[in-house]
Amino acid sequence: MLNITKTVNDKELTIALEGRLDTVTSPVLESELQNSLDGIEKLIMDMKNLQYISSAGLRVLLTAQKAMNKQGCMVVKNASDDIKEIFDVTGFSDILTIE
Amino acid sequence: MGKRELTVDAKIENLNQVLAFLDRRLDELECSMRAKMQIELALEEIFVNVSSYAYNRVGSASQESGKVSISVEDTKDPLSVAVTIIDRGIPFNPLTQQDPDVSLPAEDRRVGGLGIYMVKKSMDHVRYEFKDGQNILTFRKDL
Repeated sequence: MLNITKTVNDKELTIALEGRLDTVTSPVLESELQNSLDGIEKLIMDMKNLQYISSAGLRVLLTAQKAMNKQGCMVVKNASDDIKEIFDVTGFSDILTIE
Repeated sequence: MGKRELTVDAKIENLNQVLAFLDRRLDELECSMRAKMQIELALEEIFVNVSSYAYNRVGSASQESGKVSISVEDTKDPLSVAVTIIDRGIPFNPLTQQDPDVSLPAEDRRVGGLGIYMVKKSMDHVRYEFKDGQNILTFRKDL
């Protein structure tokens, strides 16, 4: 179960994730991102209500980061300590901008 | 102490059912949110691997999906949870996969192999054996 809430403010897009980013739900976020990044210069991933992320979720974050490297920046906000630990273990802490 | 077992078709759409089965047991054991997430994650990565590859015989006429069994066993002393995933598919030891280079920049990153790497890093013990035509993968988390 994953809820995605998008808020656009000019060239800034905030995507709030609620629930689980796993093998089943990650494709939903991936297609959402594919249709949302045109003209966006700053992408904020709000993980305040994200409980879980697996490698499928990391794959989507990596794709988003690569896309935003070409057109602006991406920021990850409000990730829980457990999710941050996964970012650390996988070296994603070095790739992502985590606030 | 106890052991619970679930057998389902090795299909990704059964992931939620598999994780719900695991969660029920972990909730009974009152394990921490952190350990719960790590154990769920390990099971997801292995289950998805089995569902994606174990029964995918290239060129085979049979598209029938095989079965995968998941058992969850806990011990009291020391307090731990062990999960065993068994399939009868192509013999494959995921632990021999090369670890990904987690120091590369985004542009050079490959996500392949990351799932197994996370399992190895977050579990206290991971073991694979091929026995009686079965891939048997067990991981254990000390609580």
